[in-house]
Amino acid sequence: MFSFCTDPSTLPDWQWMACYLTTGKHMSIYWSVLTVFLLLAITAPTALAFGFAGASAARSRIAPVSWLGRGYIAIVRGVPDIAFFLFFVIALDQAIEYLRHRALCPDWTEPVRQGNDFVVCAAAKMPLGNAPQWIHETYGFGLAVLTFAIVFGAFAANVLFGAMRAVPKAQLETAEAYGMTPRQTFWRVMVPQMWVFALPGLSNLWMVLIKATPLLFLLGVEDIVYWARELGGTKTSRFTEYPHGDWRMWYFLALLIFYLMFTRASEIVLDRLMVRLTRGQATTGGEAQRKAAV
Amino acid sequence: MSCLQTIADYGLRSIGIGERLLPREDFTLCQQFTLIGSGMIWNIYFGLLALVFGFMLATAVAMGKNAQSKLIRKPSEWFIFIFRGSPLFIQFFFAYFLFLQLKSVHPFFDPFSAAWLGALIVLFLNTAAYSAEIFYGALQSIPKGEVEAADAYGLSGWPRFKRVVWPTMLRLGWPAYTNEAIFLFHATTLVYFSGFPAWQQRGDALYYANYFADKTFNPFIPYPILAGYFILLTLIIIGIFGLVNRRLNRHLPANTRQKMKLRMNLIR
Repeated sequence: MFSFCTDPSTLPDWQWMACYLTTGKHMSIYWSVLTVFLLLAITAPTALAFGFAGASAARSRIAPVSWLGRGYIAIVRGVPDIAFFLFFVIALDQAIEYLRHRALCPDWTEPVRQGNDFVVCAAAKMPLGNAPQWIHETYGFGLAVLTFAIVFGAFAANVLFGAMRAVPKAQLETAEAYGMTPRQTFWRVMVPQMWVFALPGLSNLWMVLIKATPLLFLLGVEDIVYWARELGGTKTSRFTEYPHGDWRMWYFLALLIFYLMFTRASEIVLDRLMVRLTRGQATTGGEAQRKAAV
Repeated sequence: MSCLQTIADYGLRSIGIGERLLPREDFTLCQQFTLIGSGMIWNIYFGLLALVFGFMLATAVAMGKNAQSKLIRKPSEWFIFIFRGSPLFIQFFFAYFLFLQLKSVHPFFDPFSAAWLGALIVLFLNTAAYSAEIFYGALQSIPKGEVEAADAYGLSGWPRFKRVVWPTMLRLGWPAYTNEAIFLFHATTLVYFSGFPAWQQRGDALYYANYFADKTFNPFIPYPILAGYFILLTLIIIGIFGLVNRRLNRHLPANTRQKMKLRMNLIR
């Protein structure tokens, strides 16, 4: 990276460090930080959409739809989330391959499950065996995002379901009295009002989502945890120009500090947002703001 | 091999009693149920001990955060912030590698890099921080009148804390604390995926579920079994904490009692 990096073994400490932290492999860990942000940027809206669908389904007047929504919310509660992560990645992968298998190879007669193996025809492999490396990585990342969205969608559904019920009944009754259909009441009266009630729960969820991002490692994505373990391990001078002992502890300390700063920053932003949203609301928070202003 | 034989062989496999080799092929349902159930021993061990010790530290830290003196308040706030602000998964990794380094300094730290002690310490500190925040919130919402009444009766210092402040704090914080307990038990499944090695394949329930899923390429059997065990465990926790809740609220008329409302706390 820097011009003085040609022979690291002769450098003074700080220059050695500067060179060490800018090697090609270290660039990968910086990129994987971006992966974390990318994951959050995609997952948060997707999970919100899943959550909205789940909450609306749970409120439905059609019993089977309502059961589906309630079941979706309830099942995540009793089971460790990490189990869901491990489960969904394989399950989704196999479901996709199975569906493609049925569609693409109709004349295949052998069963898909043969003892301990899961066999589909070559054309149904996902991604195809001859696909370039980046497609494999993107597909893995896509599955991880979908898994996150499903699990966090259930949590978001729970929050939104509560928020929908927190909207004052009188508002809905008024809408009905004005002759609105249930659909109109839902979209024009309930949905615009529920966000204030949902925000505390959603901001909690956001914090949790941030803290769940290291679990990407378990889903087989080369994320910051993966690189911290790789780069921190003992390196001898035979394989690298920057030999060092076992530094994994320091790498994870850096990750710890990264996450602390990230959650702290989110906390400050979300607090400001809450202050902004409660302005003028007929809640205790809004009332306190009004009194403070006088 | 009959199912009873399997239970005899693998029922205590996770603590090293019974058959040494894990089943390698022709996995039966019975084997999966038995081994995953055997792994639950570790989940309960981690959860229970962390909960008991964490409860004590949490009370102290909550009092610390509520203290007047900055010298006591600041460390408590930082403790809570550090353990609540970072992912438990990273905490596990960091602690494991920290203990590895210490191990090379002094043999006293040998057991710390094993899961049974090292992971327990992390879980203990983590749950202490989360519970301390809950208890701090409860301390803040103790009705002013109760403390004033205690003052009027001439109670102060330790007797006031023991007889008025602490029981009220527990009563107010208990529903949230129940959630914390449930999610602590769920968090114990992270242990063997975060650096701490499963020595001689003695792992927790998720470790075995993952083993079966890897070997059979079929996630649809081991994970639902694991889910079943955890739902059962969750119900037991809710039952026990519900009893404590009833005792804490026994002096109140039935309609003003704190309802056990379960909210989700999710992953840390």
